[in-house]
Amino acid sequence: MADTTSSDIPTDSGTLQTADGRPLKAALATAQRSARNRAFYLVLPLLLFVVVTFIFPIGQMLMRSVSDPRFIEHVDLGTGEVTPIMVGLRTWFDENPAGTEPDEAAYAALVADLVHLREIRAQGNAGTRINYVYPGARSMFTGGARRAGRLEPPFKDAILDMDEDWADPALWQTMRSSSGRYTADFYLAAIDRERDAQGNIQKVDEERAIYLLLFERTLILSVVITLLTLILGFPVAFLLATLPLRYSNVLMILVLLPFWTSLLVRTTSWIVLLQTQGVVNDIAVSVGLITDESRLQMIYNQTGTVIAMTHILLPFMILPLYSVMRPINPSYVRAARSLGATSWTAFRRIYLPLTIPGIAAGSLLVFILAVGYYITPALVGGSRGQLISNLIAFHMQNSLNWSLAAALAGLLLGGILILYWLYDRLVGIDNLKLG
Amino acid sequence: MSGEFVVFDRVQKSYDGETLVVKDLNLAMPKGEFLTMLGPSGSGKTTCLMMLAGFETATHGEIRLDGREINNIPPHKRGIGMVFQNYALFPHLTVSENLAFPLEVRGLGKSDREAKVKRALEMVQMSEFGVRRPAQLSGGQQQRIALARALVFDPDLVLMDEPLGALDKQLREHMQYEIKHLHENLGITVVYVTHDQSEALTMSDRVAVFNDGVIQQLAPPDTLYEAPDNSFVAQFIGENNKLPAKVVSKEGDTVQVTLQDGKTCQALSVNCGAVGSDTMISIRPERVTLGASSGANATDGEVNEIIYLGDHIRCRLSVHGNDEFIVKIPNSADHPQLKVGETTQITWHTADARALDPI
Repeated sequence: MADTTSSDIPTDSGTLQTADGRPLKAALATAQRSARNRAFYLVLPLLLFVVVTFIFPIGQMLMRSVSDPRFIEHVDLGTGEVTPIMVGLRTWFDENPAGTEPDEAAYAALVADLVHLREIRAQGNAGTRINYVYPGARSMFTGGARRAGRLEPPFKDAILDMDEDWADPALWQTMRSSSGRYTADFYLAAIDRERDAQGNIQKVDEERAIYLLLFERTLILSVVITLLTLILGFPVAFLLATLPLRYSNVLMILVLLPFWTSLLVRTTSWIVLLQTQGVVNDIAVSVGLITDESRLQMIYNQTGTVIAMTHILLPFMILPLYSVMRPINPSYVRAARSLGATSWTAFRRIYLPLTIPGIAAGSLLVFILAVGYYITPALVGGSRGQLISNLIAFHMQNSLNWSLAAALAGLLLGGILILYWLYDRLVGIDNLKLG
Repeated sequence: MSGEFVVFDRVQKSYDGETLVVKDLNLAMPKGEFLTMLGPSGSGKTTCLMMLAGFETATHGEIRLDGREINNIPPHKRGIGMVFQNYALFPHLTVSENLAFPLEVRGLGKSDREAKVKRALEMVQMSEFGVRRPAQLSGGQQQRIALARALVFDPDLVLMDEPLGALDKQLREHMQYEIKHLHENLGITVVYVTHDQSEALTMSDRVAVFNDGVIQQLAPPDTLYEAPDNSFVAQFIGENNKLPAKVVSKEGDTVQVTLQDGKTCQALSVNCGAVGSDTMISIRPERVTLGASSGANATDGEVNEIIYLGDHIRCRLSVHGNDEFIVKIPNSADHPQLKVGETTQITWHTADARALDPI
């Protein structure tokens, strides 16, 4: 027996070979590669799904935040045909540097372009694009295009006769910056900045500056909500992790109960509870804590947003904490106590550091969710409890300035990616435990 | 040496208020002693240790440490070092930080701490491992660090809760000697809990055998093995042949008993009732002599099974109606050659047959 087996294994050549004479190393590599390919085909449907429904839309959104080409080309909705527009004016911009006083040639180009706009009925779209940065421009474009065909040279005087605002350097600056395919204007607008007539970046007027304020408010409220969920959730998660199984199961159901209830129901029940004539105020008045005249305003302001969102996001803090606390052996704290630590020291020096991955994961999760939360602040936030996501929704649905909405969302996304990077640096993404 | 360093005085413990896990425990141990609490799981030994450490409170009775009642002193003020079953080394701290922890919470200065940590690491021959995390150490190394951490603040009393349970056999035996030597060199008092009898016999000055919440016998290892007080201890420690019997007559230390097959023999009266009551005769397998027909206890045995074990031969016989009667034959040059099925003469000394309580 020993003789026959040893003759199968080539010992003289130095390289191991398979039965059919191929090098064993290459054969193994082929086998492993085909196993990897099979595994890849299994995840391919999910990959395609993610690309189509997530990566592609996000890419398109980010694209839109830096590019709104409605001033340089017109897409016919019926045929899908793309026609370049404002060709004359864009040529003039190319030939003259920023800040140049528009001369007769510029106005002539403008008139020609307006006539062209009217021919293909693109004046509304082009005007809207300028209108985002220079309010009032849409009506100037539609009106101008209607009458441009009848204008006689000199065009400068003819146009200014029609509307003096056409001479505004700010309008020309806007048209110049809109005639490039890519622009940072929307990101500038999203941080309350604009370009002056010379193209320099400056702050917008105070009464128009709202985005930074909203970003700041979103950030502060999210931090407050994260801290509240941590303070409220930590003891609950500890109980869940340490109670005997039959009690902790009941408690776990109570924690998960909000997940099984509609978000709208939860939010509107907070309205019922917290409104001026609501349950909480009624009870407080009936036991004499407050008088009927001084009922507390607890909803349709930031208080309402914080209360309702803390409640809704609490499970997202408790579950990661619980999953980290569950495997912590109680003998660690016992050991610390037997080594001379008071219960507080044992908690601070031993238990708390061991739960840090859970605290970090829960905080990250709650913070990210809070920063992008939309429905709850929209329902209970009133005007002072609105978050940046409500404004994004406004620009998506009402003002239809999708590029500005995309820029705001892009800033939010960038901020969260920075946060994620910070988390990785401080705690390590490997330590992230979400359940 | 004070005779009463650790004292349990009529201590009882119940978790649910109905059943007693520890029943009327009385125990006194002198300073410097290595005492092992041995018993099957659920016998109350770990509960006793936890009461001593302060993690459980006694429902009745008094626990004294060095003359001071400690029932109401919280664990961190008792100054007792403890080694846990799973070591309980803090995973987020390095080995040195683990060792420094008890010193730090006691408010020792940095230089004192470093000196003591260094000494403790040297004591367990782990000097070069100070910067590692516990997870980077093997089981035996973690065990050493846990030991060093329990000793680094110079406690008078060290408790060990099955500290070697997770180690493999060879390492466990090695650590047994190391712990024993540490105990001898440092002069500390140790209370050790285990369910492994060979561990208890190897290391201890005295062993308390627990069963059903009661100490069945508290004695040095040799006494425990050679002179068990009752059937439980005889059965729990080492191997034991039991022969159910009835007391026929009593004469001084010796009793005459009738065995199951009607024959009679003599035994040492240890823990048996009056004439007419049931008893259990306990004989160690290595105290039976083969092939000798003389003596009061000589009888026939039929060989059922022979197992060769190298240093000795294990022989299962039918004796006095017991089919599981084990005899150990030392593998000497001229040991008796037996065959399965043959009948042989066996005998034992009356002093080696102990008449104990019936099970």
